[in-house]
This record gives sequence, C-alpha cells and structure tokens, in this order.
Amino acid sequence: MKVLRKRPALSYGSPIKRREFLSYVAASASIVTVVAACTKNDNGSSNGIDLGDGDIGILNYAYTIAQLQAAFYIQVINTPYSSLTGDELSLVTDIKDHEIAHREFFKAALSTSAIPPLEFDFTSINFANRNSVLGTAKTFGDLAVSAYNGAGRLLTNAGYLLIAGKIVSVEARHAAYIRDLISYGSFADNTVVDSNGLDMQQKPTDVLATLDPYIKSKLDPSHLPTL
Amino acid sequence: MHRFKDLGGKLALTAIPLALGSMLNKAYSQTPPTNIVDILNFALTLEYLESEFYTTALGRPGFIDPTETASFTLIQQHEAAHVGFLTTTITSLSGTPITKPEFDFTGKGIFPNVFSNYQQFLAAAQTFEDTGVRAYKGQVTGLMSNKDVLTAALQIHSVEARHAAHVRYIRRKNGTSPEEKPWITSNSTDGIGEIVQSTYVGEDNVTQLGIVLTTLQNVSNRVATEAFDEPLSMDDVNTIISQFIV
Repeated sequence: MKVLRKRPALSYGSPIKRREFLSYVAASASIVTVVAACTKNDNGSSNGIDLGDGDIGILNYAYTIAQLQAAFYIQVINTPYSSLTGDELSLVTDIKDHEIAHREFFKAALSTSAIPPLEFDFTSINFANRNSVLGTAKTFGDLAVSAYNGAGRLLTNAGYLLIAGKIVSVEARHAAYIRDLISYGSFADNTVVDSNGLDMQQKPTDVLATLDPYIKSKLDPSHLPTL
Repeated sequence: MHRFKDLGGKLALTAIPLALGSMLNKAYSQTPPTNIVDILNFALTLEYLESEFYTTALGRPGFIDPTETASFTLIQQHEAAHVGFLTTTITSLSGTPITKPEFDFTGKGIFPNVFSNYQQFLAAAQTFEDTGVRAYKGQVTGLMSNKDVLTAALQIHSVEARHAAHVRYIRRKNGTSPEEKPWITSNSTDGIGEIVQSTYVGEDNVTQLGIVLTTLQNVSNRVATEAFDEPLSMDDVNTIISQFIV
C-alpha cells in the first residue's frame, strides 16, 4: 500500500547532514570526500537519502544524474589523459561546463527539496586512460538520455517536462559526440536506436541500478513515482 | 476535441510557470489537450521531409563525402523508420496519416544547390535536424495525456539530437565551420546565415523555471545557452518547413 507522503521541506531525517560539500583529493584518481553524507556501509538504520516522491522525486533523480556527470567530468578535466588536448579537450570541457550548469540549475530549482551533494566512487575508472574515460562517458551519456526519456511520463507538471526535454537533447548531443570520438559514425548506432528509430528509455530503478557502483552515497528511490 | 483543434500547439506552451512554487498548484490542468493525432501528423511531415532529403542526396552517386556515406545512410534509415512508426501510431489512434507533401529542398532560394554543393547539403541537414529537435520539444507537453506516445516522441527527439550533433561535428571537422560545436551556442546559425535564423531564434535563452542561469556559480552566458536546448512552437516550425514544401 502506498502511503501518501508529503516531503518535509527542511528535514531528511537526522542521519543526513545537509550543506556538505564534495572535495577532491588531487593525489587520488578517485574522488574522496571528507564528509560523509550517508554511505552504503553505514551501520545506522537510515534507508538512505530519500529522493522524494512525485515530480520532486523525479527532479532529485535528475539532480542525482547531473551531480554524477558533473563530478565525473570535473575529474576528467582535473586529471586529463595524455591525449586530452586541442579539439577534444575543448569540447569535453564544454560538456563538463554543461553538466555543472545542469547540477547548479537543479540545486537552485529544488531549493529546500534538493537532496544533499552526493559522494561518488570512480575507483573503477582509470582517468589516465582514454578508453576508460570515454567508455564511461559513453555509458553515462547514453544512460542520461534513456533516463530522461523514461522519466518524462512520470512527470505531472508540464513545465518540468519541458525542462527535461531541454536537457535530454543536450545529453543526446554529448552522447553522440563521445560516441563519435570512440568510434566515428557510432553517434546513433543500433546499440542505442531500435528498428523503429527510437532511442532508449529506462525506468529510474533500472538507471539507478546501473549507476549504483558509481554512487557511494546510499539513495532511497522507493518513493519515486512509477507508471 | 475538434473545437480545440485550431488551438493546437499554441496553448500548450503559453504559460510556463516562472517559479517552482507556482508549479505545485497544477497550473496546467485547465489547458485544453492538443489533438494528439494533429501533433503526430505534424511530426510526420517533418519526418517525410528529412527522409526524402537524405534519400535524394544518397541517390546522387559521389555526392556525399565517402567517409560520411554510412552516417547519412544510418540517419536516412532512422528518418524512414520514424515515418513508418508515426504512420502506424496515427492509424492505431484511429487517425488518418497525412500524405507526403511534395518537397523542394532548395527552399525557394535558401539552399539553391543543395544536391550539388555538399556544403549546402550539410547546412540544410544541420538546419533540418536542429529544427526537428526543437519541433518535438515544442510538442511534448501536448502529448502528456498519452504516456506511451509521449515516451515515443521523446525517444525520437533524442535521436534527432544525436543526428544534429553528428552533422554539426562534420561541419567542425571539415573546416566549414571550425568553431561550430555538436551543441548550439546562443542563437548562432554557425555561419549558415540569416536565411536560417528562424531555426535558432530563442536559443539564447538563459532563464529556466524562472532561474537566471548566469547568476549560478560557474555558469557563463555561453554555457547557459548551450546546456539547454529550446522548443519551437508548431506555428514557427510550420513557417520554417513551408519554405521547403511546394
């Protein structure tokens, strides 16, 4: 039975501290945070960071993806692989800047309903290796596209849906470019576009399952809408 | 439903709330539903245009740069698949798919040598793909009453964006437009010129949900315009594509 719940505007429950900031340890290829928000290995009773319900839940879900991508691309630019120069550096830097803009936008739009800054685990990524970085970028880009495509139907507010539409096409442009960098001409190949000419779409639970290895913070998506 | 027909596409976008707070009172519940079949026929017109455009270009031996033949073949296949998918969907909704218009891809002088001058072909491809992205985006809110159609439209929309990114990247790489990016910067036509400005009008918007993005930390005006693509209304898109319909 689904209990209608109103998201508390000011509280996420005591285990979660807000206004905590990611910080990067330059010496490490992985992102290490000095503050713990709510990690999976917490022994506490928390269910994790509640993304919320309804449209707010979907926006926090989008904010999660934006935070992940921004953190990833910041690390890419901070510890560039040796051939990340010239044209490639210029356009990958653009993607980083776009993802920061998405992150900051969602943070401002969600205001007091926003989840806190999340911790990520990029230890599986070799930032010195172009294939590792671009392969991850492709995964994240295609996944963001499928996430927005799948989430559109879950939004009840037309203004939010339009915002999702404004962002998803930019994510698709990113994904196409990254794919062309990996294998020229693969911008929309049959691993992402089906025989009807449709791009992928996925439910939040499936997207979050794929992202789980990269997100150190424990998330509670159980109140997200389903349809 | 019919009395709303003439309002189709206009009302859906007229009253985007400017602040988060005003969103919560379901300001849209009174908006008349736009006729879904009309929207799909609008999309079908665009797909007919794109599909025939690439089919014609690919049918000219030696016209397309050999390194891009596979890419444009793939894009053509997607556009043709969209025609088929939309036709089937319209029929399944008891609608009548429109018949394919007769096209003139020179656009009454916009691209006079579109199938003999490869640069003009690329410029037209970019214009059609970027217009297509904006066209679908402008209709998503009108499809909210049918979740499956909405999802499919979003799935086509992002494919058009992938196409647009590739065409723009071609123009960057081959030196046609070296500053051009896979994404749209402000309302720039990236050197194509005033003749296609209507495809980019409004892309310089930096305010989203009432938030002025340039006031956020580390968000420049350029980045704010690139990070969000903007919609076009059905009327505006029809004005653009009418130039290419005989």
